[in-house]
Amino acid sequence: MRKALVIIWKDVLSEARARDLLTSFLLYALLAMLIFYFALNPEIVDDAAAGVLWVAFTFAGMLGLSRSFFLERERGGIDGLMLCPVEREVVFLGKVGSGFLFMFVAELILMPVFSIFMNLPLFIPRLVLVAFLATIGFVSLGTLFAAMAANTRAQELMLPLLFLPTAVPLIIAAVESSALVLAGAPWGEITSWLQMILAFDAIFFVLAIFAFPYVLET
Amino acid sequence: MIEIEDLGKVFGSRWVLRGLNLRVERGEFLTVLGPNGSGKTTLLKVLATLLRPSQGRMRIGGRDMKDGAEIRRLLGFVGHESLLYEDLTSLENLRFYARMYDVPGAEARIEALAEEMDLAPFLGEKVRTLSHGMKKRLSIARALLHNPPVILLDEPETGLDQKATAILLETLERFVGERTVVMTTHNLERGLKMGDRVVILSQGKITYEGRKPLDTATFPETYFKYTGARP
Repeated sequence: MRKALVIIWKDVLSEARARDLLTSFLLYALLAMLIFYFALNPEIVDDAAAGVLWVAFTFAGMLGLSRSFFLERERGGIDGLMLCPVEREVVFLGKVGSGFLFMFVAELILMPVFSIFMNLPLFIPRLVLVAFLATIGFVSLGTLFAAMAANTRAQELMLPLLFLPTAVPLIIAAVESSALVLAGAPWGEITSWLQMILAFDAIFFVLAIFAFPYVLET
Repeated sequence: MIEIEDLGKVFGSRWVLRGLNLRVERGEFLTVLGPNGSGKTTLLKVLATLLRPSQGRMRIGGRDMKDGAEIRRLLGFVGHESLLYEDLTSLENLRFYARMYDVPGAEARIEALAEEMDLAPFLGEKVRTLSHGMKKRLSIARALLHNPPVILLDEPETGLDQKATAILLETLERFVGERTVVMTTHNLERGLKMGDRVVILSQGKITYEGRKPLDTATFPETYFKYTGARP
């Protein structure tokens, strides 16, 4: 576990220098929100808000994950990690940890902006909880597929092709629970969707951690 | 130190390595020669546990390939890529790898290696700003950081300037007898000079094996005979 933290620290330091991932994530998500803000009829904005949020997070998240593995492949950094005397699962934990950190921080920055666009309260704790839980599954699955796509020539094309169909159930659960949170639904109604997100988190995390060594070594 | 039995690696339907059997003794320097596409890099990547073999067995330092993490502790690998993070400084890269390898007395070890590789003035520079030769020296320093008994070198002289080549040769000469080395190279003269033993790889198979002393004058013909390619 300590080695996974070392990998996370290395990624944070690289990001602090390059400012590649957060910047691209934030810009892409902001642009998506802005487009929806102007495109949607004000009368349906409330109904569409959760969808807007997760479209922005999903596509910006994929861009960030793809970029993260591109940077790792640059000059063979991923081989450097694979040569370290740790199990591949530790490398996976490190990459998921840093991916989660970057994506969740970006989401925390974007949520107040989203609230301003959609005329909602600036801080919605339950929405933060939904984003936190959904991001775990998103990044677990995304890290596996980004590692897979990084080995192909058309990595920007491969990641959405692999990731989106598989992540659909998680994204639907995230959209549904976010919609209920934004509509002020009682906690009891939201928890069933949150349980579904937790189930997907567990399934995706376990599948990804087992498949990751194979993906890296083939 | 290194034993491989019936080792094979397939990519799609193409066997890049086929039925390789090889034994490298402790402290031996093995030179692997062969034309482009003969499987040299793949062989080193399999030995480094970067690639999983499609068939066969491998043991390094008495450990089976299933103990990947333990095998990796014994290895230092210098490949075509620098394996460094471009946005980090040389020092940050070395510190990162020192933590990953649990190097005792890491700061002193980094300082010593930086002196040895003539890198000390550039430790604070971002890797992105270094020349190819300096990156290679840093890459060698990274590979030696944890003092591994086995060194795998994949065409280490490629693209090096004179100074970097001189440091590399000096470093390689220090390895002789001390560490087990497997080096692939296109440079016949250097390969024959350094290697206690030379193997030629052609189309994924070992087609020739010879021990020192080998005649450098006639070896290009031997190479041609066993590979069908001019060196």
